[in-house]
Formats: sequence, structure tokens, C-alpha cells
Amino acid sequence: MHRYRFVLLRPLQFLPVIFGISIITFILVRLIPGDPARVLLGTRATPTAIANIRAQFGLDEPIWLQYFYFLRNLGNGEMGKSILYKIDVLNLIATRIEPTLALVICSVLLSIAIAVPMASIAARNAGRAPDHAVRIISTFGIGFPPFWLGLMLIILFSVKLDLLPVSGYGSTLGDKLAHLILPSLTIALSLSTVLTRSLRAAMIEGLKSDVATAARARGMPERIVFWRHVLPNSLVPTINLLAVNTGWLIGGTVVIESVFALPGMGQLLVRAIFSRDYMVVQGVAMVFACATVLVNFLADIATVAADPRVKL
Amino acid sequence: MSAGAMSLPSAGWKTFLGRRTMLVVGVSILLLFLIMAIAAPLIAPYDPILQDGASRLQPPSLLHPFGTDNFGRDILSRIVWGARIDLQIAFLGVAFPFVIGTVVGTIAGFFGGIVDAVFMRIVDIILAFPFLVLMLSIITILGPGLSSFYIAMALVGWVSYARLIRAQILVLKTSDYAVAAVSLGFGRMRIMFRHLLPNAIAGSIVFSMSDAVLVLLSGAAVSYLGLGVQPPVAEWGVMVAEGQSFITTAWWITLFPGLSIVFLAFGFSILGDALGELLGVHE
Repeated sequence: MHRYRFVLLRPLQFLPVIFGISIITFILVRLIPGDPARVLLGTRATPTAIANIRAQFGLDEPIWLQYFYFLRNLGNGEMGKSILYKIDVLNLIATRIEPTLALVICSVLLSIAIAVPMASIAARNAGRAPDHAVRIISTFGIGFPPFWLGLMLIILFSVKLDLLPVSGYGSTLGDKLAHLILPSLTIALSLSTVLTRSLRAAMIEGLKSDVATAARARGMPERIVFWRHVLPNSLVPTINLLAVNTGWLIGGTVVIESVFALPGMGQLLVRAIFSRDYMVVQGVAMVFACATVLVNFLADIATVAADPRVKL
Repeated sequence: MSAGAMSLPSAGWKTFLGRRTMLVVGVSILLLFLIMAIAAPLIAPYDPILQDGASRLQPPSLLHPFGTDNFGRDILSRIVWGARIDLQIAFLGVAFPFVIGTVVGTIAGFFGGIVDAVFMRIVDIILAFPFLVLMLSIITILGPGLSSFYIAMALVGWVSYARLIRAQILVLKTSDYAVAAVSLGFGRMRIMFRHLLPNAIAGSIVFSMSDAVLVLLSGAAVSYLGLGVQPPVAEWGVMVAEGQSFITTAWWITLFPGLSIVFLAFGFSILGDALGELLGVHE
């Protein structure tokens, strides 16, 4: 099982990054002008509450000690309280994870469902008209602002055709899925342009590979060669590409949740920014950053699992 | 790859239009928008900000080719004036990170050792944050506005350029001409910025074109969220946001500013592709 040794070693390499993430989020809130305690509690805070916060975060202590307190609080799962919602930031974030996670998963699945046929058509007709058509579509598609595309889909599917809900999130599973279709489609259309390019390149390589030649030599029809040998192999680099684009994907959900009024972490972040709910901004930024690191780690594991030749 | 965001894999596409044509198309689109921006007062048929109660929410017509918004402002005129802001976003939003990242990447790659290690760890940490989330966090502290956007962009965006240049410098500094320059006793600054950098920069220039697309989309998105350009200034992202309340009745308010973004972005993309092939760079 030595192939998977990196699973134990990699988290050690993540430590400096996690450490850096904590420093940056710590600095972000300290950069806000004014008394941090008053900033954190809002303008109508009582003197006792301010004194409590000063004690909790050691605001009179030197900066390195404050950072130590910040880490200690973090270790205890305390990231402060939201001014707007009056509850612990981590608890607040926990209630918002589901819509965001569902949106990310649906978007990735949909984008693969769009990219695989597009890339297959382009790769199997490389250099001919369908290939060029796919190229032009993907070059155009990259420039589509997701927030605008989302609104256009609302006009088409919700206003004109009256098929799907305009915004919000349901309570039952079916209702939730119905509310997720348009937001996921919006992100998937943007993401699939990048995936298509990568998949197409991998497929063209795959069609020329020894595996494909050997399969053809055994008399396998071209269709089978493609679906059984070329396609699965071309998906491996795509895992990595998806991981590299996690940050972009999360940024996309922040905007798209605002467009469709999905009550996820992204919408929470944007609202927190407007209400100057700093502890929430700090918490969401931190959770998103740690999620990005985690996804990259999982993608490494998936790559090794999918391709025994890969050594990390 | 890019911090910004969507990282383009090498596509290896055979040119469809021919690189000349692609170059001409890309440059023409950008020139079109540039002329529009510079000559906005001459081109725009109406005032972009002045409200006109008599002509509210009018659909596209000969008088108002792209219709009017809920304040009676002509959409076409606002798009023409908006080109000034959005071109500025694409230009400055790329220029600051480009310069900072190139200097940092050159120094890190050339000196190596502890300097390199420190800068590259900072790059790793910034890359761990989702690009837009970190930008929005910085804008929270600085307060909404276009200058906050540029500062946030400069603080976050330089990492892609630093990585690109560093990788090039690492290869180039062992080349014969670099070794020759050292043995001739040239100063480090001269070797770094006069000898190595000009040979390392091609990839960054090509990347800056696809980066311009991402910066343009981010700037418009930040403005759409209400954290960038503030109304009543005509900017395409702001215009989309303003039209959102009227999408059921007045689709033209949102449609046309969005199309302008798509068209300008296409200009940058196709120019980037053409430059990539001309300079022989494949990301």
C-alpha cells in the first residue's frame, strides 16, 4: 500500500498552509479601523460585553499573544459570535453548508455531463467542422459572466417557459432539487468550457495511445475502443483540473447563491459583508480555504486510486 | 496555474481561422471598445446618468435601440459610457498583478533559497483561498468601491504571474547566455531584468489575456454584488444588477450589458489564443 503513503505525509505539508490561512484571517479582522471589540460587538454594545471580548481575545496584550488566543479559541471551536444572527459563527456556518455543498456537487456532475459529449464529438472529429464548432462555443463560453447567465436562464426557464422556480430553496428533497437545477446549470455551463478543452486534449492523446491501437488490433469497433478505453483514461487528468478549479468554483457559488437567493455559505458571506458582520466573514473565508485544501487532497487520492501508475 | 481562477489546460487546437485572422478579430474587437470608451461623449445619443421620467422602461425602438431602464436612461448610452469603466477594470486589474507578480517571480526564481521558499509559501497560502472569497474579504475591510477592487486584485492576483515567471527564470538562469552574463561581471539587476526577464515574459503576456477575461468577469461580479462600482455610474455589472428586478417585464435592461461583457471577453480570449500561437506559448 506504499502508493498511498502520501495520504499520511501530505497533511504534514498542509500544516504551513493551514497556519498561513489562520494568520491571514487573523490579520484581516485586525486591519479593520477602530477598536476591534467595539467593531465585533456593534455600536450599541454594553461596556461589560466589550470588557468580556477584550478579555477573551486579549486585546490589550501584544499582537503575537492575541494570535495565540485566536488559535486557542479556534481550537475550542470558537470563532466569535455573529452580530446579525446573535449565534456562534461556526454553528451559523453549519446551517448553511448543505445548499452550498449540494450546489457544488450538482454543478460538477452537470458540467461533466455537458463536457463529456462535447469533448467526445470534438475529439472524434478532430480538425473537422464539429471540432471547430466546439472550440468556438468554449471560447465564447469562457467570457459569459455567471451572474448574467443565471438571469438569462431565469428569463428563459422561469419567466417564459414557467418550468422552474425563480429563486430560493425548498424544504423537501424534490423541491430542493428543483431549486438547484438553474443555479447548477449556470455554474456547469461556465465550468464545462474549461473541462471540454482539457477532456478533448486528453481524448485525442488517448485515441493515439497504444491501448487504443491494441484494442483496434483485436478487432474492437471504434465506438467500443472509445467508450471503454479512451474515455475512462481521459477522465483522470480531469479530476486534477476540477481540483485546481475548486477556488473558482467556490467563488462561483458565492455569486450564484446571491443571484438565486440560495441560503448557502456564499449568500451568508455577501450579507455579512454588507452588515459588517466581521466574524462571519472571517469564519466563512476560513472554512472555504480549508475546504479548498481538503478538496485538493481528496483529488490526489482519487487520482492515485484511478491510475495505479501515478506516484505522488 | 492561475489564482484567478479558471485555469486553461493546453488545448492543442489546430487553428481554425488562421492566426492572422484571429489576431485581427481580437485586436478589432478591443479597438472597437477602446474607441467607444474614448469617444463616449460623441457616440452616446443620451446622457448616461440623467433620469427621464417620461421614457421609463421602454422596449428597444429606433429612438432607444437597446431600450431604457426604470429611470428612463438610454441603455445604449450607458453601455457606451460603461466601456470606459469596464476597459479600465480589465486593464488596471491585470496591470497591477502583472507588474508585482513579475518582479516577485523574477527575484524568487533568480535568488532561490530562502527568498524563494518564503515567497512561494505565501503564494501557496493565497492560492488556498478561493480567489473571490479572499477578494471580497479584503473589500470588506477597505469598504466597497472600485479602488478597493484594484487593491484587492493587486494583493491576490500577483500569485499567478509570480509562479509563471519564476518557473521560466528557474530554467533560463542556467542557460549559456545567463552564465556568460555572470562571467562578464554584469550586475544581478541587469541580468535579472535585462537578460532573463525579456526571454521569460512571453508566457505571462499570453496568460494576461485570459486573465483579463477573468478580471473583467470578477470586476463585473463584484459590482453586481454591490461591492464594486457604485450606482449611478454606468458599469455593465451594475447595469445587470439594476435590471434584475425587472427581468419579468423588461429583459433588455439585463440582456445588453451582459452581451457587452461577453463580446469584450471574447476579444481578449481570441487575442490571447492568437498571441499564444504566434509566440509559441502553450500554457
